[in-house]
Amino acid sequence: MKKYTNTGNKDTRSGFGEGLAALGKINQNVVALCADLTGSLKMDEFKNNHPERFFQIGIAEANMIGIAAGMTIGGKIPFTGTFANFSTGRVYDQIRQSVAYSDKNVKICASHAGLTLGEDGATHQILEDIGLMKMLPGMTVINTCDFNQTKAATIAIADHHGPVYLRFGRPKVANFTAEDQKFEIGKALNLTEGKDVTIIATGHLVWEALQAAEQLEEKGISAEVINIHTIKPLDEAAILRSVKKTGCVVTAEEHNFLGGLGESVARTLTMNHPTPQEFVATKDTFGESGTPEQLMEKYGLNAEAIVKASEKVIGRK
Amino acid sequence: MPDTQQLENFVTQVRRDIVRQVHKVNSGHPGGSLGCAEFFSALYQEVMEHNNNFSMDGIGEDLFFLSNGHISPVFYSVLARSGYFPIEELNTFRLINSRLQGHPTTHEGLPGIRIASGSLGQGMSVAIGAAEAKKLNKDSHLVYTLHGDGELQEGQNWEAIMYASAKKVDNLISTIDLNGQQIDGSTEQVLPMGNLKAKFQAFGWEVVEIKEGNNLTEVLAGLKEAKSRTGKGKPVCVLMTTVMGHGVDFMMHTHKWHGVAPNDEQLEEALSQNPETLGDY
Repeated sequence: MKKYTNTGNKDTRSGFGEGLAALGKINQNVVALCADLTGSLKMDEFKNNHPERFFQIGIAEANMIGIAAGMTIGGKIPFTGTFANFSTGRVYDQIRQSVAYSDKNVKICASHAGLTLGEDGATHQILEDIGLMKMLPGMTVINTCDFNQTKAATIAIADHHGPVYLRFGRPKVANFTAEDQKFEIGKALNLTEGKDVTIIATGHLVWEALQAAEQLEEKGISAEVINIHTIKPLDEAAILRSVKKTGCVVTAEEHNFLGGLGESVARTLTMNHPTPQEFVATKDTFGESGTPEQLMEKYGLNAEAIVKASEKVIGRK
Repeated sequence: MPDTQQLENFVTQVRRDIVRQVHKVNSGHPGGSLGCAEFFSALYQEVMEHNNNFSMDGIGEDLFFLSNGHISPVFYSVLARSGYFPIEELNTFRLINSRLQGHPTTHEGLPGIRIASGSLGQGMSVAIGAAEAKKLNKDSHLVYTLHGDGELQEGQNWEAIMYASAKKVDNLISTIDLNGQQIDGSTEQVLPMGNLKAKFQAFGWEVVEIKEGNNLTEVLAGLKEAKSRTGKGKPVCVLMTTVMGHGVDFMMHTHKWHGVAPNDEQLEEALSQNPETLGDY
């Protein structure tokens, strides 16, 4: 089985910050908006390099989304930055009417997604955002797995015309994808080849899936790990190709099992190739305070949980 | 530039278009539309510099955003009669497969519309974004908006009002239609908003008042005054008092015609009070 090396833990939000800074230099139409979280979103470099293209909105997310929508009318490509909760649930109707329904080229960039922002607790830990965003017609939904991929995705979405939700996180997580990767929206990445079970993961759970695959290998189980960075549009062909070979699937995400990647995969399978599936995800619950590692363990989102789910789903074949 | 009599004729025809659109499909919002006929006509026929050859980016021209999207009948009539799309298309208002949706949208590609509106309170933020983009593009043209007075109960407006003055968005003219009515009754009954002039001034805006928003000469003068106050470091607010339903006597001074269509008889009466000027579609 192909092995991946962690080149050192890094936060995905810093990948966004570096990507945005790079974009600032190569695309004059890129503007950045932030609702009083410039440091948390790692937008300082863009802000310092291009003060005239950086807009501090204050703690007013609804206004930020509207202003971003308006800027596209003058040909700008706005990147908004705040926490995932305030990027989605708080401003859902603004995104729905002024961005998605109005076909505006806004990039909604959301840090601190899921449980792993940690100690701040459930008010800040949104586990529903993928569902909210994927339900909006025309919205592209991306959840990157590590620093390098987040940076590549940030740069890539500027060239995609249409609204995008880019989701990343706060903690330092394994950085294992290539530094010079080309990011292709909507293209699943097969990380390992396997024949017994397909593990479809998104976000930093891709690394957990790779760890799980190694543990499964020791038990004589061959797992095929697929990195789904784009939840919508979903690479259905890649999923079906793998599942037809393995006959069962585990989905893994830092999100509620209602409305997340797992449900999108389940719909694809139900319509094309009904297959046993297990969900590594939160189970219709809010989060709580704790360290990221504690929360991943308590809510069953780590490699051990993926191993268990894999063994269970193989038994259901 | 049309003289005032020509513009009066335009306004009267717009009023006919409004009641005819709403009557045909037995749905839509005639009250607020009628009250803003002078404003829209003045804006598109005289005040704004705009290209009838529509392009979404609007670079090199003035822009207008309707925030209270439910008064789409007046917007559609004025856009059509200003050359944005065929006047006959008013026949398709609110019909299936029409570009003239119940509330304005870019989604069907109707020329003249740059943002969807209907869910209230979002238009000023969008206009600020467009105004900021104009500054980045070194485009000295202006951005205009219209909002209902009841709409100011939506909190997002106040985020936008605070931002616009703090960031010196002085290429923005936001007009508030003070018709004093909303769905459940008068604004005084539903949620009194106090002294709006003092509120806008306290938020750092220039304020121009149009006391008779259904008097064309006053509307033109007020918008001219507003224009003269742009470019001086402050956003400009126009507080425009109108009468909901103006021009159709039985629809005036009441919230009851906010979202109700006239029947056949009422239509005839409304039309008789607004004789055909430019030709019906």
